[in-house]
Amino acid sequence: FAGLADVSISEDIPVEGEITVPVGSGSPDEDYSTLDEPVRDTIMRDLKAVGKKFVHVMYPKKSSALLRDWDLWGPLVLCVSLALMLQGGSADSKDDGGPQFAEVFVIIWFGAVVITLNSKLLGGTISFFQSLCVLGYCVLPLTVAMLVCRLVLLAGSGTVSFIIRLIVVVAMFGWSTLASTAFLADSQPPNRKALVVYPIFLFYFVISWMILTFTPQ
Amino acid sequence: MATVDDLKFQEFDDAANLLAANPDATTISIDEPVEILKNQHGHLQEPGREEDDELLGTDDSDKTELLAGQKKSAPFWTFEYYQTFFDVDTYQVLDRIKGSVFPVPGKNFVRLYIRSNPDLYGPFWICATLVFTIAVSGNLSNFFIHLGKPTYHYVPEFRKVSIAATTIYAYAWLVPLALWGFLMWRNSKVMNIVSYSFLEIVCVYGYSLFIYIPTAILWIIPQKVVRWVLVMFSLCLSGSVLVMTFWPAVRDDNRRIALATVGAIVLLHALLAVGCLAYFFDAPELDFPAPIIPAHNGTTVITKS
Repeated sequence: FAGLADVSISEDIPVEGEITVPVGSGSPDEDYSTLDEPVRDTIMRDLKAVGKKFVHVMYPKKSSALLRDWDLWGPLVLCVSLALMLQGGSADSKDDGGPQFAEVFVIIWFGAVVITLNSKLLGGTISFFQSLCVLGYCVLPLTVAMLVCRLVLLAGSGTVSFIIRLIVVVAMFGWSTLASTAFLADSQPPNRKALVVYPIFLFYFVISWMILTFTPQ
Repeated sequence: MATVDDLKFQEFDDAANLLAANPDATTISIDEPVEILKNQHGHLQEPGREEDDELLGTDDSDKTELLAGQKKSAPFWTFEYYQTFFDVDTYQVLDRIKGSVFPVPGKNFVRLYIRSNPDLYGPFWICATLVFTIAVSGNLSNFFIHLGKPTYHYVPEFRKVSIAATTIYAYAWLVPLALWGFLMWRNSKVMNIVSYSFLEIVCVYGYSLFIYIPTAILWIIPQKVVRWVLVMFSLCLSGSVLVMTFWPAVRDDNRRIALATVGAIVLLHALLAVGCLAYFFDAPELDFPAPIIPAHNGTTVITKS
């Protein structure tokens, strides 16, 4: 170590160099300031993000797009459309009817929050809004099932239509559960996976039950 | 700049030698806390109560209490505090459920399965499952009972879900609260009563409700005899879990109060089962054709039996 004692920076040799890193794509100002772009660009960017996530849900591969860039627009749109389609148009306020709009809303959002809290309390590493995003987006197959059920019910409401609706709802329920499990299972501790997956199963089962028992007045 | 000699390892003397050289230095002594606890418990145990030890598990409760004291040290406003109530693995939850369905005679559920690690996962999700199972099964059962009738229009009966949720969650949380308060009160009067912590009582009640889930599914069968046999069977199983948990706790009390406490526990449990059966599941009607009674003014009145 004796030789290092002689190393010193003398004051008369100035230090010089370049600090700026040349950016390949034009000036850096265009990348981060979105105030000057037309409104159409802003909206289309968000819509494309939502659409990309819909595609990811329908073909669940292990991609991190759903998790990394979470947004809650998609779940909101799905929740509102599902709640609207579940309105039977029963103007008479008989006490034992289908779920009201607010009830569907509360079940979906409160259920998603409870499941997220459950997975975080069990030691999951996923963040709160990422989990809400995944659970909300995976309602998409069930919304498709609701649409199909309403169309089938327009044709008739006998036993055949019930069997068709049952098959469609069961298939979409399985798809939703598998899709959300594929996204969420990796972030859980390995010996507690079943404890985290079961509430997700229960959540989508309740939504499927509401869809299957929908009867127009 | 440090010389090379300063970078050699230094050998420290033995602690005793160092202390002898400098008697006024501050020292820290780390005792064995387990031994202290054992001494404390030693003179609390009376001779001849081996069966109580087996039931209450005080032989190995020293270590578990020590571990429990070390575990829940986070302040209650942090997230980690609540994570300690979910510190269970899948196999532990399944074991606890099995223990509530197949009660081993003579073994205490709390000491055998919970062992100072009460969890809130089981009670919460078993209650949630039970709420939806009762609502869905009730709806299905009513649908099958009224299936052939021309005047019947199927409704999903969604209101009943909120009623079921209120009832079951109130039972699973308020009754343990009352029982815990009662046991604490008796503990202040009679010395030897073992009082469980509030979370352990919630745990026992939550897991004892599990047997009602398959019972509710089987209640779809529209036969009165089958339903009441199921009620009796599930009441015996889960009631015995509760009785075997709380009997050793109140046994040392006044005989009447002990019997009244255990009786009240079983009675409330039975009320829950019978109440759910009566409210959510319509009685299976007998298939009599409706008689036609000619009224005075010539119109016929059809009555339902």
